[in-house]
Amino acid sequence: MTETLTEMLVIFIKIVCALVWLLALTLYLTWLERKESALIQDRLGANRASIFGIRIIGLFQPFADAIKMIFKEDFVPPFSRKFLHTMAPFISFFFVAITIAAIPFGDTLRIGNRTINLQILDFNVGLLFILAMLSLGIYGIIISGWASNNKYTLIGGLRGAAQVISYEVALGLSLIGLIMVYPSLRLSSIVLYQGELLFGFLPKWGIFLQPLGFGIFLFAALAETKRVPFDLPEGESEIIGFFTEYSGLKWGLFMMTDFMEVIIVSTLLTTLFFGGWQVPWLASDGFHFPWGGELLLPHVVVILLQVAAFNIKVFFFCWLQILIRWTYPRFRYDQVMDLGWKLLVPLSLVNIIGTGIIMTI
Amino acid sequence: MIKALGYFIEIIRGGLITTRHFVVNLFYHILKVLGIKTKRKGSVTIQYPEQKKEIASRHRSLHRLMTRPDGKPRCVACMLCVTVCPSECIYVEAAEDPDPEIQKYPAKFIIDLGRCCFCGFCVEACPEDAIRMDTGNVEFAQYSQQDLIYDLDKLIG
Repeated sequence: MTETLTEMLVIFIKIVCALVWLLALTLYLTWLERKESALIQDRLGANRASIFGIRIIGLFQPFADAIKMIFKEDFVPPFSRKFLHTMAPFISFFFVAITIAAIPFGDTLRIGNRTINLQILDFNVGLLFILAMLSLGIYGIIISGWASNNKYTLIGGLRGAAQVISYEVALGLSLIGLIMVYPSLRLSSIVLYQGELLFGFLPKWGIFLQPLGFGIFLFAALAETKRVPFDLPEGESEIIGFFTEYSGLKWGLFMMTDFMEVIIVSTLLTTLFFGGWQVPWLASDGFHFPWGGELLLPHVVVILLQVAAFNIKVFFFCWLQILIRWTYPRFRYDQVMDLGWKLLVPLSLVNIIGTGIIMTI
Repeated sequence: MIKALGYFIEIIRGGLITTRHFVVNLFYHILKVLGIKTKRKGSVTIQYPEQKKEIASRHRSLHRLMTRPDGKPRCVACMLCVTVCPSECIYVEAAEDPDPEIQKYPAKFIIDLGRCCFCGFCVEACPEDAIRMDTGNVEFAQYSQQDLIYDLDKLIG
């Protein structure tokens, strides 16, 4: 009985920790977006938000934004489908937030004789689960576009649907090569496979085994986040997009969904192609360098190093995605379709065939 | 295919340019936080209320009326500025001056800044160099339109 209770408590703590991690990172990703874009454009960025005159380079800005959004009027247009209009942002938010359940943050932690998997749920179809949930997230956009009963939101929602079809195929196909190399859909075992060494010195990360797959996945995943190079559903500069009729916290949920998708895509890139929580040459008892020499570390330090490595990789990819968002102009509607169907899908098929040939040889 | 590859290389180069801006600016910001003075700055931002950009000498800012040595306005109420003003924001009421050399002086001289478009025609038109727009004051926003109506006292002071 106590065993079940502790088990439940552990899972509960894991859920809380993962969600807090995700939401805090989302909050500060808005700050990072402002600051990074400012640095890229030789500006300063938001630095005025202060508590008792203390500014600390605008670190309080996300809180100011959140307070502003909470106190704004939550307007539901009289001509909209009210129930669906209210549901849409929550659907969008939920399907992105739930994917964090399958992300492995680190190896198994041993406390006493209890082993804790640093992952909320260790699915054996973890990868499929994440892809499915990310695709379901588009329903929030389509529903919001339709329920707002406005021409522009409808166009935004339809564009979102069209975009999903054109990149989701490539997204799935680009991962098939990876699944062939690491014969598993369980994310924790994919990460474990990446701890092995290639030619005795190179960590067996996905980027070294599947460089083409990585490129395709990066493009498709950028389209997945629906941010600027692929921001067709939103289209700030032409149609205002699927959240035209939203205000206050509901709009904020859509915005947070965008940033959470950036984080989820970063965690996926990290987990699948950059070894997840693996530190090069770090085994469960310490470093074993390929040139000989060892550095043995206690278990807790190893786990901390792994979680830190995971976080650093995720931060790097968040940074990279914001850099891409502030560097490149947006694609036209038909160009995204072209890119998806005429370039990414054939390339991913080539990748699958090439991987198969190399594996049989 | 070759052309597409060229585009791809340019895409990478574009990313490297923004990365360079990011890294270089971050480096100078960190130096500033550490208290190391550098000639180059991390940003070109002027933090407005605390830090102000110097106004150009020819900038047309808030009007002022020039005075004679004895403190009276130089204006002779010739109405040229009133006539030339495209937004009709100047109102002058003339009165007779006891000095025969001057003849007229403005009993009332009112500029409605809410209407003024800061074209500077009044300054050009004035034969006595009585009105100038060289105060360098550009911060006279008010909460009500009434406060934007400047009379003789405000314009001289």
